[in-house]
Amino acid sequence: MTTKRIALACLIVLAAACRPGVSRSGETFVLATTTSTHDSGLLHHLTAEFEREHPALRVKVVAVGSGEALELGRRGDADVLLAHSPTQEETFMEQGLGLSRSPAMSNQFVISGPKPDRADVTSATSAADAFHRVAKSRSEFLSRGDGSGTHAREIGLWEKAGIAPFSEGWYLETGQGMAETLIIASERGSYLLTDTSTLAVMRDKVGLTILFSRDPILVNPYHVIVSAKARHLVAARTFASWIIGSKGQALIGDFGRREFGVPLFTPETG
Amino acid sequence: MSIPDPLLEAIRLLLERDPYTLSVIRLSLQVSVASLALGAVVGLPVGIALGMTRFAGRIGFLILVNAAMGLPPVVAGLTIFMALRNEGTFGDAGLLFTPSAMVIAQVPLAAPLIAGIIMAAVSAIPRDLRLQARALGAGRVREALMLMREARASLLAACIAGFGVTISEVGAILITGGNLLVGGENYTRTMTTAIVLETRLGNFGRATAFALILLAVIVLVNVFLTRAQVTKAQ
Repeated sequence: MTTKRIALACLIVLAAACRPGVSRSGETFVLATTTSTHDSGLLHHLTAEFEREHPALRVKVVAVGSGEALELGRRGDADVLLAHSPTQEETFMEQGLGLSRSPAMSNQFVISGPKPDRADVTSATSAADAFHRVAKSRSEFLSRGDGSGTHAREIGLWEKAGIAPFSEGWYLETGQGMAETLIIASERGSYLLTDTSTLAVMRDKVGLTILFSRDPILVNPYHVIVSAKARHLVAARTFASWIIGSKGQALIGDFGRREFGVPLFTPETG
Repeated sequence: MSIPDPLLEAIRLLLERDPYTLSVIRLSLQVSVASLALGAVVGLPVGIALGMTRFAGRIGFLILVNAAMGLPPVVAGLTIFMALRNEGTFGDAGLLFTPSAMVIAQVPLAAPLIAGIIMAAVSAIPRDLRLQARALGAGRVREALMLMREARASLLAACIAGFGVTISEVGAILITGGNLLVGGENYTRTMTTAIVLETRLGNFGRATAFALILLAVIVLVNVFLTRAQVTKAQ
């Protein structure tokens, strides 16, 4: 009798665990965010705690490039966005597509590449100079090529360096996320622009090192935006204010400290 | 209208002979046909041999071929990726993220289909016909060639099935090819990987246009293959 009951209880628990979408009640809203926040594991860290504090709300995370995240927000397919493409975001707000936009956190871009550093990017004096060295040595450079915030930033840096490498044989585009692009760069021994968070998470899997980071231009700010077309407006607003509130900011500042020794993202406050 | 009409976009890309679109179509066909051809080199002899012989343990091979038909493309892709990595067994070949790697990854998808369909066709050929050939002094090789002639229609059926799998496949070629452009020109991007990319970029119109072009290419190729199949069968 007892064994049967235990077996039954196990089955119920198993069924509940297998079908979270069905057995958990609550309002589900969509958060569109960048691959970097997702690949680094930060998003899971945040949403797990948010859902624990707000049992009536469920976050569905869609990890895409900043470009697509904004597009999803424009169409009302996402309720709240976490993006890192300031220029595109400003246009988005000017067009009245967002209700609010607040700085949430930041991380750092770095120029990474193979060992040995053939282009001598390590000796660069600025990010633009680093790109100059890659171009001058015609070393292979791997671009995301996917309209993401990182891609937009990379194009901006080429412009700043006064170089148009886009039709050069050493300039490759993956059209994929940061983690995939890091793996391809590692296999091919290419240079690339990456964010420190994804690189930290991938560091054991890729043979790439940080070659250049000391340039204020490489700071990468993230903003949380509530879509004007949000289908779950209250939930979206709750999440946005939670993430910039003391709890969300503390979680951001703490994330990665244990696993990587350093926080992967810098909170906006504190 | 803010949403571009995907059908118009598809027609425009083709009429204007958009170099990027054409090169993506070309690579899709090249990779698909190459993996089909290599798959036939492996699958055809296996299919004929299993179809014309009866031996103990044959069932084991049949199970293997049938199971291989269900090989998940992404598993094939992962296996080839691991083998071609710098640290992998064949890392020195420098083949990862090249069209060749994409072909290698798709051969294990095409070969079992060809082997399976040919085997079924050869098994179905009346025993009398084969005994007759033997009686007339045909050797094993001659017999196999004769069986192949009899199974021509099935060979085309195998090609149709194999082409359908390889041209539509995305998991294996994305992992092994990397979806790369070099200097703005296509290197390892096919119609399927381009659709994934355009969808991720939020270019839904462009993605749908590519999807329509892909479907049109599949229909067009099947028009030729099916007509050839019908002619051969007669």
